[in-house]
Amino acid sequence: MLRSKDILGIRDLSSEEIIHILETAKDMKERIENKKIREKSLKNFSVVTLFYENSTRTKMSFALAGEYLGADVSDLGVATSSINKGESLVDTGITLDQMGIDIMVIRHSMSGAANVLARNVKASVINAGDGVNEHPTQALLDLYTMYEKKKSFKDLKVAIIGDIIHSRVARSNVFGLTKLGANVVVGGPSTLISKNMECLGAKVTTDIKEALKDADIVMGLRIQLERQKGGLFPDLREYRDLFGIDEEMLKYAKPDALLMHPGPVNRGIELSTEIIDGPQSVINEQVKNGVAVRMALLHLLAEGRKNNEDIDSEWTYTRPYIQNRWNQRCTG
Amino acid sequence: MADQIIDAKGCWVTPGLIDVHVHLREPGYEYKETIKTGSRAAAKGGFTTICCMPNTNPVIDNEILVEYIKMKAEREAIVNVLPIGSITKGQKGEELSNIGKMAQAGICAISEDGKSVMNAGLLKKAMKYANMFNLPVLSHCEDNTLVGGGVMNAGEMAERVGMKGIGADSEEVIVARDIILARNTGAKLHICHISTSGSVQLVREAKLRGENVSAEVCPHHFSLTDEAVEGYDANTKMNPPLRSAKDVESLKEGLKDNTIEIIATDHAPHHIDEKNCEYDRAAFGIVGLETALPLGITHLVEDNILTPLELIEKMSTNPAKLLGIDKGSLQVGKIADITIIDPNEEYEIDVNTFASKSKNSPFHGHRVKGKVKYTIVNGKIVLNDGELI
Repeated sequence: MLRSKDILGIRDLSSEEIIHILETAKDMKERIENKKIREKSLKNFSVVTLFYENSTRTKMSFALAGEYLGADVSDLGVATSSINKGESLVDTGITLDQMGIDIMVIRHSMSGAANVLARNVKASVINAGDGVNEHPTQALLDLYTMYEKKKSFKDLKVAIIGDIIHSRVARSNVFGLTKLGANVVVGGPSTLISKNMECLGAKVTTDIKEALKDADIVMGLRIQLERQKGGLFPDLREYRDLFGIDEEMLKYAKPDALLMHPGPVNRGIELSTEIIDGPQSVINEQVKNGVAVRMALLHLLAEGRKNNEDIDSEWTYTRPYIQNRWNQRCTG
Repeated sequence: MADQIIDAKGCWVTPGLIDVHVHLREPGYEYKETIKTGSRAAAKGGFTTICCMPNTNPVIDNEILVEYIKMKAEREAIVNVLPIGSITKGQKGEELSNIGKMAQAGICAISEDGKSVMNAGLLKKAMKYANMFNLPVLSHCEDNTLVGGGVMNAGEMAERVGMKGIGADSEEVIVARDIILARNTGAKLHICHISTSGSVQLVREAKLRGENVSAEVCPHHFSLTDEAVEGYDANTKMNPPLRSAKDVESLKEGLKDNTIEIIATDHAPHHIDEKNCEYDRAAFGIVGLETALPLGITHLVEDNILTPLELIEKMSTNPAKLLGIDKGSLQVGKIADITIIDPNEEYEIDVNTFASKSKNSPFHGHRVKGKVKYTIVNGKIVLNDGELI
């Protein structure tokens, strides 16, 4: 069982909870692959996706995860909603809450937005990416992929390369991997990485070869093209030559190293096309695992909601700061 | 025979507290605070004189607005209100405000609070010009090219919660610049809400050289660190941001060796809707008038950083000196602005008891020591045994 009503970040999860989610995802993956054993265990549960930022994988993956489990899934099209009339995040959340939503999946451009929503609504909130803070479901699917292939996190060397400073994926992975006993190295240009990342337990370097050396996992991150104008690096040509990963660079990692990327990929910039489509790449598998992990999360949160129905009925919207008894009970 | 006899046994009887840094929000933002409600919050906090910053709407940049504030204060305020004029028209950083006309109308200082005048040449002219009227220049130090969308202190905590940081350099670059400009113009420079180790050191060095520089610190900057930001409660968002434990230590050292001779609140009321939202979107600032004194007693006097006398100097005598007003002392023949404080009363801060219109404080539920019992303004009791008249 999960301790909280929400999944806001890997930072808040214990290593036991993470492993429990990954084990549950294993069952869920079987359900995806074998239609005969698909169980509609989330019948009468409602899920809404609330995406303030664009997404292909995460949003589709949540929608399908919900439907495979038999939940009612709907999407609030942010662009055509009252958010365009200036309705606040908190008011939007309360409105959806009143409609009887059980689980809200939110993506937002501002760090901590999911936390703000979670403390103002009765529904469970899943963070599908908030600003430069966390992207816990991406990290969980990355962790699942590593777990499935490498069986254990103990002393696993994971190299995360690219635009670290703007990457919620990198941060969530660092939180998770360090909790599970892996060694994480983050590498990239000094303007796209912060030395402070060491306080999270990762090793920080600007030397990509050193980062890749003997790595079990190599994870590339999307270079966010829009940031080039900010003067953080001179141009894409220089970036590719100095920090891009191709077949030659990948040889610094272990021969059986896995190549990962959260997508979408800029082919030929952070990773060369040859390695994206090469034998070490598990990028496509990550996508499948994404559905399994999200099914696991919906399943576990629904389980928690059933066990806490009694507190749910006492919920009151006493702004400003709603005391979340549900969370209090679960975290002791 | 006296009208009322106050039993002040065990209490401190002090010159009325003076706050050189308050946002009263009127005109323009009356939904956050008004001159009336802000003055009532001040009286509750033991302040008999407050200086209001010019970042209202419209900005206080000419004598007509100064007259307006004075008129409203006369009618509705229960403490003394001294307006501060902006340095540039509309706080746009382009041309000087009517500093001379505002001086005639009674401003006590000039300030661009909320931002720095980024054009150093223009600020230098303002300093020279303000000298004619003997007005102090209160400087909000922040190089906006170094802020980069930051919302909290840059450092380990920002890394942990995944938010953009505001580095100490954005403050220190301007502190250094303004000290140099003040040296060259002879201006009376006062650094607002100093928050970093480096800034304290810059001011300390300037003072050692005998330069005319003073500095203020806000209670939240010596009472809390950026650890408080965890949880994304926007009541911990202010500018400058809550800094590291090391900075807090430096601020306390600065208070102790009198590098920092003034404590000011930077009372910045904001509506609940501007705080119960995404951290990035939330307004900067917290209310401070009703928590300043207990925080000073709890974190400075109780921790032996300051003696009670030194605390009151920094909250009354020194602010009066900066402004050049005949207040900040208890003497026969002076105006009777007096505060009576029970330094031993312990309680939990409750924002719902605030007289301020806004409740945006990170100190809700904090246990503190020291309660203001009486505030007397010009001989009139405005706070009587903890209750506003």
